[in-house]
Amino acid sequence: MIAIVNYGVGNLKSIKKAVEKFDRAVVTRNAEEISAADGIILPGVGAFPAAIKNLADLKYVIVNAKVPVLGICLGMQLFAEVSEEGGINEGLKIIRGRVVKFPESVGKIPHMGWNIVRNSDHEIFEGIKDRYFYFVHSYYFRAEEGVIATTDYGIEFPSAVAKNNFIGVQFHPEKSGKVGLKLIENFVEICKQNP
Amino acid sequence: MLAKRIIPCLDVTLDEKGARVVKGVEFVNLRDAGDPVELAKRYDEEGADELVFLDITASAHGRKTMVDVIERTAEEVFIPLTVGGGIKSIEDINEMLSAGADKVSINTAAVKNPEFVREAAEVFGSQCIVVAIDCRRNFDLGKGKYFVELEDGRKAWYEVVIYGGRKPTGIDAVEWAKKVEELGAGEILLTSMNRDGTKIGYDIPITRKISEEVKIPVIASGGAGKPEHFYEAFTVGKADACLAASIFHYREVEIEELKRYLKEKGIPVRV
Repeated sequence: MIAIVNYGVGNLKSIKKAVEKFDRAVVTRNAEEISAADGIILPGVGAFPAAIKNLADLKYVIVNAKVPVLGICLGMQLFAEVSEEGGINEGLKIIRGRVVKFPESVGKIPHMGWNIVRNSDHEIFEGIKDRYFYFVHSYYFRAEEGVIATTDYGIEFPSAVAKNNFIGVQFHPEKSGKVGLKLIENFVEICKQNP
Repeated sequence: MLAKRIIPCLDVTLDEKGARVVKGVEFVNLRDAGDPVELAKRYDEEGADELVFLDITASAHGRKTMVDVIERTAEEVFIPLTVGGGIKSIEDINEMLSAGADKVSINTAAVKNPEFVREAAEVFGSQCIVVAIDCRRNFDLGKGKYFVELEDGRKAWYEVVIYGGRKPTGIDAVEWAKKVEELGAGEILLTSMNRDGTKIGYDIPITRKISEEVKIPVIASGGAGKPEHFYEAFTVGKADACLAASIFHYREVEIEELKRYLKEKGIPVRV
């Protein structure tokens, strides 16, 4: 069972349906239910300040999770130490680095559409090499450790990170067609293999 | 760099049995083209980058049917979905996004009340809000603001039309495009009524003009008949995405083949 954390941002329908292709999924903000899951997904469309506030009572459960945790888009950015979106706000401090806005020089913001993810051989990318994924974001996570993929949009930015049992992706695998479903399948596999 | 997008459009209408897909020729003479959810799955398989669903009945009953179509599609298709046709309130948008849509396309309601675009962008974010602009060439040079040189050297301005092309508004399409960008639209879906259903190619002059005048992405629509038309819209027309309906429905152009062709010609596409 995969717990998709409902902290009041965005539409969780696509991610739930995508996970259900490979495992059972529950959308929840119940700490016990999250603790009991084989894996946790932090989805995310929305703004950082509201998200971190809504997540306050679940922070302990997530940061101390022993199962694999997948942060998607804003969910990945929550792993940061600090975000500059809507003022300066502290993140979950799981991965060192800062969430910053794209400079105007990159062109159109938000970065929206299909872009290439140049990935390492981390197990979340099993069977995937340098493919297009779907992005929608104006801020990016300037991670100082654990970068496992990068993407070029005027600047090269981290499009996936990993540290211990935490994996973050800036793109939306649940909107990235077959390749996206493969990544979600890989996550479910990682969860199943976790002792 | 972002890939250039290929977007099949599904025009959805109603019959006694429920939802069906049809394609209009110049928005009249509708031909039936099958079940929308099945068609959406096929396009996803073939490599479509996004899907646009248009409720061409634009009625309350039509919207209910559309919610059902989007819900069923979102269960099986994992690419971005846009819904348009009769969207005129924050509740309408909420309903579509909750059903599983990623974006909504606003057309007539935006022309009638531009502040609706601003409000929608503030509530849901610009990335959710597409403004659809339908326009038609007008050779009365006493009225327009932005004059565009056509392929044959003549000059025209493009007038915004609403209610599926039935009603001219007197509004200059280039001026309107700049206005909706300022109001917070995240994208423009540009249809030239002079080309819609003709298969003789996109309306390049207006596509290029609006692409140059705004910073948000422009989706070219109306007139695609063969792969060369897409290439022309991406290069000369400077479009970010190309939309087409009937040629994909009837497999006159195969999406996979089209993308291979574009890639060979040096256009960045997702294959």
